[in-house]
Amino acid sequence: MTALHAEWTKLRTLAGPAWLLTATVVLTVAVSAATAAATRCPAGLACPVDPARLSLTGVQLGQAAVAILAAGLITTEYSTGMIRTTFTAMPRRLTVLGVKAALLTGAVLAAGTLAALGSLAAGRLILPSHGFTAARGFPALSLADGSVLRATLGSALYLALIALLSLGIATAVRDPAAAIAIILSLLYLVPVVAHVLAPDWYRHLEQAGPMTAGLAIQATTGLRHLPIGPWAGLGVLAAWAAGALLAGALLLRLRDA
Amino acid sequence: MTVPTITPYRPAGPAGPDGFAQLLRAEWTKFRTVRGWLAGLVVAALALVAIGLLAAGASSSSCQHVGGGPVRHGRACMPTFPVGPGGLAVQDSFYFVRQPLTGSGSITVRVTSLTGRLPAANGNPTGPPASPGQVPWAKAGIIVKDSTRPGSAYAAVMVTAGHGVRMQDDYTSDRAGRPGAVSAASPRWLRLTRAGDTVTGYDSADGTHWARIGTVQLAGLAPTVQAGLFTASPGYEVITQNFGGGTTGSGGPSQATGVFDHLSRSGRWPGAQWAGGYVGGAPGPGMGGYHQAGGRFTVTGSGDIAPVLPGDPGQTIDSHLVGTFAGLIAVIVVATLFITAEYRRGLIRTTFAASPRRGRVLAAKAIVAGAAAFVAGLAAAAAALYFGAWVARQHGTYVLPVSGLTEFRIVAGTGALFAAAAILALALGAVLRRSAAAVSIVIVAIVLPYILGIASVLPVGATDWLLRITPAAAFAVQQAMPQYPQVTALYSPGTGYFPLAPWAGLAVMCGYAALVLGLAVVLLRRRDA
Repeated sequence: MTALHAEWTKLRTLAGPAWLLTATVVLTVAVSAATAAATRCPAGLACPVDPARLSLTGVQLGQAAVAILAAGLITTEYSTGMIRTTFTAMPRRLTVLGVKAALLTGAVLAAGTLAALGSLAAGRLILPSHGFTAARGFPALSLADGSVLRATLGSALYLALIALLSLGIATAVRDPAAAIAIILSLLYLVPVVAHVLAPDWYRHLEQAGPMTAGLAIQATTGLRHLPIGPWAGLGVLAAWAAGALLAGALLLRLRDA
Repeated sequence: MTVPTITPYRPAGPAGPDGFAQLLRAEWTKFRTVRGWLAGLVVAALALVAIGLLAAGASSSSCQHVGGGPVRHGRACMPTFPVGPGGLAVQDSFYFVRQPLTGSGSITVRVTSLTGRLPAANGNPTGPPASPGQVPWAKAGIIVKDSTRPGSAYAAVMVTAGHGVRMQDDYTSDRAGRPGAVSAASPRWLRLTRAGDTVTGYDSADGTHWARIGTVQLAGLAPTVQAGLFTASPGYEVITQNFGGGTTGSGGPSQATGVFDHLSRSGRWPGAQWAGGYVGGAPGPGMGGYHQAGGRFTVTGSGDIAPVLPGDPGQTIDSHLVGTFAGLIAVIVVATLFITAEYRRGLIRTTFAASPRRGRVLAAKAIVAGAAAFVAGLAAAAAALYFGAWVARQHGTYVLPVSGLTEFRIVAGTGALFAAAAILALALGAVLRRSAAAVSIVIVAIVLPYILGIASVLPVGATDWLLRITPAAAFAVQQAMPQYPQVTALYSPGTGYFPLAPWAGLAVMCGYAALVLGLAVVLLRRRDA
């Protein structure tokens, strides 16, 4: 309990985490709104668009802020030497990591829910005036719709899992720059590389990549054509996060701080 | 009491240790001797090459002879395209009603109609197209061609379905003539004149008032050329841009029919009569033919005379450079650490004590990091292109050839892209003094616009803007194939076409780097270290 209080004090009193959580919300909503504003469905054309997913596009940028926050939580302690103080005060290292993970999950879930709800609201406001009307098969986005609710809350869960994945990698790597580079490569390289591969490889890579699989949770239409189902995709991301945390925990136990 | 003056000890070393050359040397020594940084650059180069090879080997083809035979794989299935005069892969397939022309001469004809057929929506994809209609670049006209060998030099004047009269030569160049569609009420007169290597095209609405469209030089044109009437009609494609980023195409061969009369010739035409046939093989059974009655020629044909564009049968060399992203991430980390590590360790105070002119220190760092990144990018891109082409050949994947100049631009441009990204990262590292923030901002600014544009949901217009104003514009320097207005295709970043010209795109990234570097110099001078 004291460990939780200590870590909560760090998280609360540092300027960085608050800024990054704000940035997550602002960037996510801004990019989502800009994407919705840039998309039009001209009259007379069928638009194969998933409006919920379109409205939640900003998560793809917001996750970068989440990754910085999560990586910073542990790497700044290493670069300032604070980690030795922390471990002197709380010698049970896994408890420290667990408490960090719990606080991070809570903070990111809160910010992620806010970001996803804001993005959805922006989509709901903007899309109908851009041709996505109920008359053409695009009912206004509403949380009463089960799949939209799943996409929205799933986006918050997605961000939380990205945070845990980042925390695990950062604990293993310890250097802030290297950790961030590895996390962002893992997230962003898969969609770029998958793009030039043959269709069957493409599908497998999209099923395995943490970002491409995890974002399947945002899909509300055309579920049968997705490389991976929404919850299965989020499961893949959860497996990534668990694997990274496990590796981080193991190295934390074995190495000198 | 007098205070004795103390002369401080000065080592008798070489004079001028604060010269810029010494500064460069000092920074290079720092860079060279941190093992992780050199390793980072090597990782960057290897990642670029390895992912490129993965992309080159990702698709492999298997094939079987029409009518049976063993199924073969890999190299044996490589499609072949004729190679045009510029070294480009070309399509050269059209119906040609021809006679030899020796020496100088000209041919004049009137076109009274151009009609066509498109493949039926759910029809047999191999049979002749059935429903009436035309593709915009269906064409009928007169042509002077070096020989009937596919890929040989030519110049032609033609009527098109949707783009008026055009004069085209050597597969890539296209000039506009009189606009508007052709009909019996509004016919078009066309004329080609050959003199030596020079071919001139004219058009006219009435056969008396002629307008010159253009004059082209066809180097090394044979003394006896093939000249006559031709019809071609490019494949009909319905391209739908999916919001998932991909595209789907459907369609099949189309067919066009041109009606010609008032044919007149001058010069030496040694042949006795017209001969009709496909150049480059008929696209299908029952497609193409000609009919002559009372000075009236009706010529039906399919195919196109145009450069081959990236698509099903071929890869472009830029797809072997998709690993650039991975390489860039490593370069960005190394370049950021080059300055932030000094802040973290306090070495920056030593550095500034040794050479107090901070702007010069940053300049020296930028030169060292930029040069190292340039070399890594250059070597990696050259290796990726070389080995990528080899791997693709082994897998039977056709790689569209590009000119040596384009290849040079892509390789040097990738080096410059690495250098600019390194300088941007270094400068942002100096501004923020925090490696995590600097690294992530640069990665996100370079990579995310590309991902949002190519592999995501954004519509084409928004993607074009993203790839104009963000540092990701620099990927234009890797564009391998030019955009041809006279060839219908989906030109989008997803298929390898960028909204900015290659060097202009790189200039956008250099602009960002210069801007942040300037800001860094100002802040370095103002702030305490």
